[in-house]
Formats: sequence, structure tokens, C-alpha cells
Amino acid sequence: MKPRKLARAGIFAGAFLASLASASTALAQAKEQFFPVLVYRTGAYAPNGSQWANGYVDYLKLSNAKGGINGVRISFEECETAYATDRGVECYERLKGKNGGATVFQPLSTGVTFALTEKAPVDKIPLITAGYGRSESQNGAVFTWNFPLLGTYWVGADVAIQHIAKKEGGFGKLKGKKIALVYHDSPYGKEPIPVLQELGKTHGFEVQLLPVAHPGVEQKATWLQIRQQKPDYVLLWGWGVMNSTSLREAQSTGYPREKMIGVWWAGAEPDVKDVAEGAKGYSALTLQHGAEPNSKVVKDMLEQVYAKGQGTGPKDEVGQVLYMRGLLSAMLAVEGVRKAQERYGKGKVMSGEQVRWGLENLNLDQKTLDAMGFAGVMRPVQTSCLDHMGSSWVRVHTWNGKKWEFTSDWYQADEKTLRPMVMLASSKYAEEKKLKPRTPEECKK
Amino acid sequence: MLYRENGQFKTSYADDQQIFPIAQDRWLIIGLLVFAFIGVPLLVDEYLFRAILIPFLILSLAALGVNILVGFCGQITLGAGAFMAVGAYAAYNFHIRVDGMPLLVSFLLGGLTSALVGIFFGIPSLRVRGLYLAVATLAAQFFTDWVFLRVPWFTDNASSGSVSVSNLHILSWEIASPLDKYLFCLALLTVFALAAKNMTRCAVGRQWMAIRDMDVAAEVIGIRPMFAKLSAFAVSSFYVGIAGALWGFIHLASWEPAAFSVDRSFQLLFMVIIGGLGSVMGSFFGAAFIVILPIALNQFLPALGGLFGMTISTAGISHAELIIFGALIIFFLIKEPHGIARLWSTGKEKLRLWPFPH
Repeated sequence: MKPRKLARAGIFAGAFLASLASASTALAQAKEQFFPVLVYRTGAYAPNGSQWANGYVDYLKLSNAKGGINGVRISFEECETAYATDRGVECYERLKGKNGGATVFQPLSTGVTFALTEKAPVDKIPLITAGYGRSESQNGAVFTWNFPLLGTYWVGADVAIQHIAKKEGGFGKLKGKKIALVYHDSPYGKEPIPVLQELGKTHGFEVQLLPVAHPGVEQKATWLQIRQQKPDYVLLWGWGVMNSTSLREAQSTGYPREKMIGVWWAGAEPDVKDVAEGAKGYSALTLQHGAEPNSKVVKDMLEQVYAKGQGTGPKDEVGQVLYMRGLLSAMLAVEGVRKAQERYGKGKVMSGEQVRWGLENLNLDQKTLDAMGFAGVMRPVQTSCLDHMGSSWVRVHTWNGKKWEFTSDWYQADEKTLRPMVMLASSKYAEEKKLKPRTPEECKK
Repeated sequence: MLYRENGQFKTSYADDQQIFPIAQDRWLIIGLLVFAFIGVPLLVDEYLFRAILIPFLILSLAALGVNILVGFCGQITLGAGAFMAVGAYAAYNFHIRVDGMPLLVSFLLGGLTSALVGIFFGIPSLRVRGLYLAVATLAAQFFTDWVFLRVPWFTDNASSGSVSVSNLHILSWEIASPLDKYLFCLALLTVFALAAKNMTRCAVGRQWMAIRDMDVAAEVIGIRPMFAKLSAFAVSSFYVGIAGALWGFIHLASWEPAAFSVDRSFQLLFMVIIGGLGSVMGSFFGAAFIVILPIALNQFLPALGGLFGMTISTAGISHAELIIFGALIIFFLIKEPHGIARLWSTGKEKLRLWPFPH
């Protein structure tokens, strides 16, 4: 055959066999709880995204190694979004009906979360956005399918100000201070703005907004402004390469790193390790956990998954901050399924709607967490139909040039400030969408 | 043998000047339309609708708009994403700020706003050409990015800068299911593609092409460059604006300015270059190539790997997808610099002689 004909024949044969192969794998995976995994292992945010993804997938593997969820094995499939909203939507559509239906989606992108918030109620699939997503979605009466578990950006903004107030010696000392927010110019970076402005009004400090365009490698102008205006504190709301760039710029403009506080997405190893000594003194909020290489769950992971050569990522990254975040996110989803099984039948595959009930009635007390190996990693969390966040514990950790160390006590978000804002924003959403918020009676069903 | 016009006699000018003078073409297109409106809804599942067909239809419309400007009028633009954004945000504002505004009217107003903005950013085309014009239109891109990120009024003061729409309906037709959305996009695309095809065949289209081929000569024979260029900008931006509104309202339902970033502008320009400059058909080929191929590769590669017992990592697939996609672009550009549309017409020429080529 001529080469051209040969190539053509090859393509057809390949396509045919490929369709066969995909059909047979679909059959083999019936009767398993399917977890779609939206990840980004390529693109500008890959260094951070892949650690999270490794943690997420590893925990699913660990759950299987421990016998699944009451015997139900977990199947999963990754789909690459590259942090782009349209690819994220495509991945969602691709995976939502696969292998008996998706259990829960965790897009790890605020932009994708916004798009999926419109789609999840139609498909009846819950959306866990642990530590990101829409802040007002903690109101479960309106956002029935969103679960911003453990914390939202409004919690982060509020705690960051609490931390600054503590350093300064009380909220009274904040008067007349200047606090700059260097943020990723996307829904993610803009989320904290309303809370900061509200708090600024209450406590009399000035908020300076300094947006940084995607992907965040060009920040010269931003830091020139900081040099000119000398804010008392800089809050860093960045992601991926933007964080390390900010720290480098801070170093070169001589802005003290001790006065910089990052959100929990700007406080992991990839952000600081290249800057190393230059980032010394920089602190970041944590979503309860920091780097936890000594926790029991990480030891289990190394023993039961990595020792068998089944680990997803490099072994030395197990237990790092973003790895733990992914692991925790997967754990919350798995526990949601477990809770749902308590009501709808142990050892059965749960539908998205049943998992939502499980997530809404999640109650992980310290004993359960300790038993799972999360002692010291996270605090108890209890959700309800109306509160989809569960808890808002935050600590601050500081980079000492080599590793992250906790440098503060536990904080909790100030409900007095945030609750009215959540109610206002979510009722505006309900009005726009012509939704009727669920009443406490409906919740009991 | 099958594709030959022997025996089809044209006895009037109207016969000779119709869009598809050859009966087989006409039947093919009618068949395709019937299939798209009736056959596809019966055959296709939700994933194909939502993830492939709807984006394909919308970006085809946008590519058609870009093709009018770049392919027919010869004015290179890098601001297509900007006009999509203008269309989307204008339609959004008309939709939410005016009570009871019908959906189609807000789309059309979105398109018209985009056309006005297009004319404004088309003014430099009267003085600069080629690459310099491309750079000037790039300004439109950065300007709209800035406006929709910074001016909260346009996003209805949304705290995160992300806007969303829902409960779309035309009279009593609720556009909610993927099928409804598909049919809505398809109907709009059919109307606009037909209009575009006719526009390129009538006086204004000839003026555009004259300007494209040689603007000095066109001016000498009495074509007003200002009218020709600005009308191309207006019509093109109108199409792109409608596509933007569809992208926001129908495809994403909730969007932020990043959905219409400079990447989108490049993507649209590549679509018309690969599909075929100056060809309505080419816009569809280009959109199909750019929208569908990466997704198809992304799904095909793991299956192919599985065949040989390999599991390719997610990152590996993504990288391979980019590599193959890039290689294919180069392949097509070398093999057929005039785009896939030219391959199509060469194919048709060959088919006319088949099976007895001389």
C-alpha cells in the first residue's frame, strides 16, 4: 500500500478499535461510585493545580485501599480544564453522565464554579468548592447544590483583617491604616472586595485595589504603586505563578514580607519555594491545615498507596499544603457519600441527589476525624440545610525560608458582619433567578 | 457521475444566479438542513449538544462575522473577542435593565451595539492597513477587557464581576433544554448564514471584495472605501456580537470577561484562516476544526493508549493534544494555504469528472 493509504487505513482501524475499547471499559465500571475529577495539570496554574489533583486522586485511591465506602468501590476519571471556563464546562458535560452518573464536582476554579452553579441544579449534582467559589453560596436555602465547605473568600477576608487587627493591637488601631489588595483579576480575586470595603467602612481603614491580569507574571506597575503609596499591609489574592511573582516583586521593591498576608491559595510550597529566603516572614491564611507530613492520614497514604507504587504524584510532595487541600476536598466528598449511605442504604451506589443530602447533614466530630487520621489537620465540621459551609476555622502560617510554620491561634469568621452580606447577596441571586428559597420545613424532607 | 450538471438547463437569469446553481448542491444543503433540524435532535445525546454542537454553532457564527471582515473585505482584525464581549454585555444589560425585554430583541440590540463599537474601532482602517490595522484592532480587545472588568455598571455591580442569566424564553418557548438551545442557535445561524451568503453576492459584497483585492483600483472605479470598509466592520461586528450574546446567554449562562479574552480573538482569526478566507463554507470548516478537534483528540488519545495497554496521564494527553493540533494546523497551511474550503471545492471539481478523469 502507498504510505497515504496505509495511514488512512490505520486511522480508521484505530478509531474503530478505540470505540470498542471505550465501550468495554464502561461496562466494567458499573456499580461503582463515580467521582469525576476536574483538574489542571497543564497551563499557567499547573504547578498548583497538579498538587491539588494528586491529593484528590490519592485520597480516592486510599479509600479504595481501605475497602471503599462501606464496600462500594470508587471509580474516577480525570479531565483537564487548564483553568479555562469553557473547557471546564466541556469536562463537566463529558463526565456528568459517565459510569452511572457523577457523584459530585469540584472544579477548583471560581470561574468554572460560577458556570456550573447554573448547571448543577438542572442535573442534580452537588458542587463542593472547599475554600473557593461563590461566597454567598453558603446559604443552602438558595444555593441548594453548592457546598463551599470549610470557608469562603469572605471568611478569608474577614479573618485576614482580624489577624491584622491582632498584630496592631485591636480593631481601634486600624483607623487610618491603608491596606492594599493585590488580586488576580478574575471572579476569584474579586470575591473578597465587598467584605474588605465593608470592614474598611466599619473600622476606618482604607482599601486599595490593585488588580493583576492573568496569568500574573507582569506586576511591575502594581508594585510601583505599592512603593509610592506605602500601604501598611498587602493582602495577596493570587494563584499559581502570580504568587511567587508578587513575592519577588516585593523583595525587589523592598516591601516587608512580614506585612504581606496571602489567602490560603497563596500559601503553599510552589508559591514560596523558588523565592525561598526572599519570602521569609510572609504569612498566609490556611484553610485549617498547613503542610501536614506527620499526620496519620499521610502516613497511611505512604503505606497503603505509595508503598505499592500506586501514588499519583511525586512522593516528596505528599503532605504539602495543596496536596492536603486536595486530599481534604476528596475526604469531604467521600464522607458525604458515607453519610448518604446511612440514610439511603449502606453498600449502595448513591445518586447525586442522595449525596447532596449526605453533604447537607455532614457531621464530622473530632473523634471521627481522629479515627480517619485527620487529628491536628482539621477541626470538626457540621453542615445543615441552611448552612452549606459547616465551619470557618482559619489559622495563619508563616514561611520561615524552609517550611511553613503556624504562627497564630485559631480564628473564626465574624458572623455578625458576614451573615447579613450572605443573606443580601443570596436573596439578590434568588430574585434574579426567580428561585424560591427553601424553608426549614422543606429541609426536613 | 453523480455530481454532474449535465441536463440542468438554465433558462433565466434567476436560475443562473441562485446561490447553488447546481441541483446536487442544492439538494445536499437542503438535506443537511433537514438533517440538522430533524435528524440530529433524534440521534444526538446531551453531551454532544452541550459540549460540541452548541459551541460549534455559536463559534461558526462568530467565524462567519470575522470572515466577512477579514476574508471578504481584507481588513485583518484581532478584536473579534472584544466584539463578542460587547455583544454579550450589551445584550445582558438590555435584558436585565429593561423589564420584559424579549430575548431576540436584546440579542439584536446587543448585535447593533457591537456594530456601532465596530464602526468606531474600524475608523483607523481608513488610514492604516494590514498588520498595522491588526494592532489597532487589538486596542479594541484591551479596551473592552478593561471596561468590563473595571466599570461595575456593565456587570450590574456584581461583586465578583461575573454575570449570569436564566429563564430565557421567546414568547412561550422556554429555552432550557440542550435541544431547545441547539435549535435556537441553529435557527439563528441558518438565517444569518443565508444573509451573509447573499450579502457577499450582492453590490455591497462586491465592494468589499474590490477593496480587498486592491483598494486604490476600487476607489478609481468609484467605490467609496469609507463606506465599504466601515460597512464591513459594522456587519462583521454585528455577527460577532450576536455570537457573543449567544455564547454568554446560551452556552455559558454565567460568564466573566475572560470568556472573551484575546485568546478568543486569535482563535476566531485562526478559524477563518484555516477554514478558508473569503468563503462562507470555510467559516464552518474552521469552527469545526478548532472547536471539535481538540476535544476529539482529548477523548481519542486515552482510548488509543488503552488499546496498547498504556495509560497516558492527563497532562500527557493535554500536551499531546496541543502538539497534534499544532502539527495539523501547519499541515493544512502547507498543504492548502487557502484553507479547508479550497480543499472542499477542489474535491467538488474532481467529483465532477469522477469516475472518468481525463
